[in-house]
Amino acid sequence: MADDTLSPDPGSWRRKDLLDTDTLSREEIALVLKTAEAMAEVRSRPMPKVATLRGVTVVTLFYEQSTRTRASFEVAGKAMGADVVNLTASGSSVEKGESLVDTVRTLEAIGADIIVMRHSKSGAPALAARTTKARVVNGGDGQHAHPTQALLDVFTMQQHLGDLAGKRVVIVGDILHSRVARSNLWVLMALGADVTLAGPATLLPQTLAGASEAGRCRTTTDFDSAIEGADVVMALRIQKERQATGLIPSLRDYIRGYQLNETRLARAKPGALVMHPGPKNEGIEVAPSVAAGAASVIDEQVANGVAVRMAVLYLMAGRAA
Amino acid sequence: MSELLIRGGRVLVPARGIDALLDVRARDGVVTEIGAALEPAGGRVIDAEGCIVTAGFVDLHAHLREPGFEQKGTIATETEAALRGGFTTICAMPNTEPAPDSAPVLEALVERLARDARVRVFPIGSVTRRRAGKELSEIAELAAGGCVAISDDGNPVADGRLMRNALALASAAGMVLSEHCDDPELNDGGVINEGRVSERLGLAGQPAAAEVAAIARNIALCDATGARLHIAHVTTARGIELVAGAKARGLPVTCEVTPSHLFLTEDAVAGPGPEPAYDTNARVNPPLRTEMDRLALVHALNEGTIDAIATDHAPHAIEDKLCEFDYAAPGIACFETAAGTLLTQVARGELQLSRVIEALTSGPVLAWGLDSREKGLGSIEPGGVADIVVLEPGREWTVDAAAMASKGKNTPLQGATLTGRVRVVVVGGEVRWESEESDG
Repeated sequence: MADDTLSPDPGSWRRKDLLDTDTLSREEIALVLKTAEAMAEVRSRPMPKVATLRGVTVVTLFYEQSTRTRASFEVAGKAMGADVVNLTASGSSVEKGESLVDTVRTLEAIGADIIVMRHSKSGAPALAARTTKARVVNGGDGQHAHPTQALLDVFTMQQHLGDLAGKRVVIVGDILHSRVARSNLWVLMALGADVTLAGPATLLPQTLAGASEAGRCRTTTDFDSAIEGADVVMALRIQKERQATGLIPSLRDYIRGYQLNETRLARAKPGALVMHPGPKNEGIEVAPSVAAGAASVIDEQVANGVAVRMAVLYLMAGRAA
Repeated sequence: MSELLIRGGRVLVPARGIDALLDVRARDGVVTEIGAALEPAGGRVIDAEGCIVTAGFVDLHAHLREPGFEQKGTIATETEAALRGGFTTICAMPNTEPAPDSAPVLEALVERLARDARVRVFPIGSVTRRRAGKELSEIAELAAGGCVAISDDGNPVADGRLMRNALALASAAGMVLSEHCDDPELNDGGVINEGRVSERLGLAGQPAAAEVAAIARNIALCDATGARLHIAHVTTARGIELVAGAKARGLPVTCEVTPSHLFLTEDAVAGPGPEPAYDTNARVNPPLRTEMDRLALVHALNEGTIDAIATDHAPHAIEDKLCEFDYAAPGIACFETAAGTLLTQVARGELQLSRVIEALTSGPVLAWGLDSREKGLGSIEPGGVADIVVLEPGREWTVDAAAMASKGKNTPLQGATLTGRVRVVVVGGEVRWESEESDG
């Protein structure tokens, strides 16, 4: 294998678990992003693997469907020589009624060093983290947090924009139910960006903007004004059941007010980035021409996801050693 | 039979205007004498110097879990917990399996209570069959069988027409209807108060408006029928405002508040640490609310708007709480911490002692007319039943769930230091519980 020495020192990572971005310091964020740069370099090699995590067992425990997050963690672990075991709720003893606590204890007994967990219920990774000595990485929990998504998002933004201090980021869509919006908000705040959360009145939080100590966050229902001069526009996935539960009148109505289309994008700063955490509903959150257009970094987000997750696993495993 | 003398305590009986250092004598289960420097007459003498002596507490809202959910609690374990908490009379909510919705189920429950209960227990019947909110229970029969009230407990009676009829029938049968005021559609799967904490933690919220709207509807139905309405566990500032307004108009409305909602806020779910704890022991329905709501309840208790402090004691098994927050059963095991949190709030100067004692004793008795069932309940008066509690107001102690008598160890107060505890509990003239001797 290629050079195993990776420059950032995992010893400066002090956390047992990575559950959200809200308590990450600027230094911790910088450490992850700097490590991710080294990992991106590894990924660019002809032989894009190292053996740093040989002997480390990573279990991905997914109670909810996922394509990119699960695959991305698996590729990340394997790229560093970890043994990666993938478990999904369907087809495991979870279907037989096993509790989360028992499942996590079982994985610890089997020898899991790091458990990457996706769950439809907010706070489930916090419970897992309390239950086990294994490191727990939140791969997305309910409407709460998705820290590695937020970290890969800011990694992608920094690649294009450099320092994010003072940069204007607009997140549009179902903010209220979005773990991606929350985790992005905390990390963007920490890095000094100005964040606007835009969406239909029924899908906007009432208190999150005020919750940030930095206070550089606002919410608005007026996406057209919010997008003026934006450096980044991130559209979120809208769950189709929001219509059935009466939160929005129709997807058509949503598109009218909140789809990121070419007319709206033209109001943003020239060269503004278009982002989406995926999976997209084609033709709903982002107009197809914009998603496939020059401003879109959606595919880069996915590629960067591997590097950022390598960084996270590397730092967590360092804590394990 | 037995004689008992409780000497030197601060006897506090707000309903009778008594607040003085006095002695209380009980004989053969009833209070015989209240006075200064009473002489021992051969029976047990309890030195209550430095303590508060009051009537046994009366709880309008408790869950004993039996029959049907004995893994969470039984009549024996939960009435023992009540006893240790100073509650000598409790009203048992009907969310059992089966629910007391008819005479045969009620009779079986009354038999079990007679056999196992460590304190007085009055059953509450269900408003509707199986608490399903569709057809009324046989209300008059439940009254005849000993129910003091009817309630569908955690299932609010959603159908306004059914509620109106239930109110009228219950009142005619001499019972109160105790209603969990809540709009299930507005709540829509919510698991904590909607607001700052729910948004931060990504948990579905229960808006205050769901409680306020239901209180408003039920007060309107009380107005329409003239029937007695009891509003269970009010938790919102706007809700208690509506109750105060209804009372000012002379409507026969009473209400209760829980010690948990007086003491804690939604922040208990997140916990004290930097990362949210998602403490399932702080999940309760109705949810812990904001500090603004909590202060409104404190104010309303001190003002006299709140008739009763009711525990909503709700024991759960370990597995009901050791799980994802959304899956956790709502409820707090409250009997054994209630006096502690309330006296702590008195010590902080937040709550008035006399109002707390009133809301634990004569307030609930008056609200539901319970003195017609047992003379002197909620009071200390000559000729009345000798249910008496001795409290040590200054005593500090630490909550230890494992040491609680309740099967439910589900308290969000685990490890908290409280000021004030229950020292002696007398039921029917007999000392039934004493905490280990105080060294003070």
